[in-house]
Amino acid sequence: MNEDFEPKIVAFLCNWCAYTGADLAGTSRIQYPPNVRIIRMMCSGAVDPVYVIKPLLDGADGVLIGGCHPGDCHYQEGNYKARRRVAILKNILHQMGFDEGRVWLRWISASEGQVFAETVTEMVETLKEKGPNPLRELWGT
Amino acid sequence: MTMKKFLEVKEADTLATLRSFLKGLLEKEIIEALLVPLEAPSGDTVMPALVKEPARLEKANPLAPVMPVNAARLVSSLTIGKPREKIGALLRSCEIRALIELVKLQQAHLENLMIIGIDCLGTYEVTDYAKLISEDRSPTMELVREAKEGALFPHEGYQFRSACRICEYPMPQDAALTIGLLGVDGEKILIEAQEELAGRLELTEGEATGREEVIRKLVGARIEERDRIFAQFRERVVDMPSLLAQFSTCIRCHNCTVACPICYCKECLFRTSTFEHESDRYLRWAQRKGAIQMPTDTLLFQLTRLNHMVTSCVGCGMCESACPSDIPLTTIFRAVGQEVQAMFDYLPGRSLEDELPLATFKEDELTELGER
Repeated sequence: MNEDFEPKIVAFLCNWCAYTGADLAGTSRIQYPPNVRIIRMMCSGAVDPVYVIKPLLDGADGVLIGGCHPGDCHYQEGNYKARRRVAILKNILHQMGFDEGRVWLRWISASEGQVFAETVTEMVETLKEKGPNPLRELWGT
Repeated sequence: MTMKKFLEVKEADTLATLRSFLKGLLEKEIIEALLVPLEAPSGDTVMPALVKEPARLEKANPLAPVMPVNAARLVSSLTIGKPREKIGALLRSCEIRALIELVKLQQAHLENLMIIGIDCLGTYEVTDYAKLISEDRSPTMELVREAKEGALFPHEGYQFRSACRICEYPMPQDAALTIGLLGVDGEKILIEAQEELAGRLELTEGEATGREEVIRKLVGARIEERDRIFAQFRERVVDMPSLLAQFSTCIRCHNCTVACPICYCKECLFRTSTFEHESDRYLRWAQRKGAIQMPTDTLLFQLTRLNHMVTSCVGCGMCESACPSDIPLTTIFRAVGQEVQAMFDYLPGRSLEDELPLATFKEDELTELGER
């Protein structure tokens, strides 16, 4: 493991749960690594694969998608559809020779600031093990 | 009840017999218009045409082994506004299966549409077909002769389109009227239709005893070839550099999108100004990566199209035929599609009853995803 390597994570967080959870982590002063760049989405079901693929091709080391726990979606079923879409995306990335372990889907509720912080911590550790995204150096976009 | 009946081939001319059969459909007002491939004035290709006047079917050639367009797209145009007249559409399997997907995507309707399915004997690239014609060969009749045994060989020195070489669906499904050639004695053409329709078509009785076996053998050989091609692909694509290699010649012309019968967005993100970046942005990007391939966003385009499309890909291979850069899109979409479709036990084009995988979900599936 390269200790100097600081992975960059792009996180797409649902406004109604994970984003508020991240906010709670902040207001509660829970420490977590500063490696994550957060983009607020209205629903995890609104995360098109194109949003996930773009940062990966640009060299982001990981992408985190945060949504409401099953059954808790603000729009009834967006997170279930997100789950299928992420499953398909991960399968395709794997088949195309990309490490699908750089894409994480996690259910994080608005009250789970601690869970958000732990998720980011765990993801940073995992990505440090994996090392930098090889696409950072490759010319394809 | 579906009846299996026969059309007697007159004067050993299968094509002329079929033409007069199709004419009969219009004349008997079973349909009021027919979408069918017509020989182009140049004589070296066929293009689908919407025919109202029966006499124009003198140029119909549904047997020509060439497919400049997947006609499901055309059926979408014809039916999206709900036609008031009954339209017949003569389609091969990959066109029917694409049409089923389009209906589920709410981009085509089956009301007032009669699907006439025909056995597909394989298709050449448009340029190869034209070349065969210019060499005075008869690509159509040669294949029709081979249909009885189901041993369909391309002309020496030529190949069928890569999609056709691995196609498991030479016979149509879900058609109101099926025109069968495979495993049928050359003096006859098999016609399958519901009893009432069959009764209006002046057909003769008979049996096509060898048909199932002939199709089984043909499909078996294609599956063997398919699995060989898929295995090669899976050995070839294992890491980032091999991923890049697949698409390295893509110029993002979007021909594949245009040729694809399914690609369903009415306004495609990739055909907007989103990817016309500022000069500074390109430069910063190149600074960060050391170098960026130009044109940019080709991998993003291809991988996104895979994600959007692959659950509904029927494997017609029009994307690859349209690609100016020889990207093996048929193999990529079919091999990747096979695994993704299997995740949801989904076969594109199989049934209107199967919901599109991206439009539905089950509460108790994929439960490990999202959990810590």
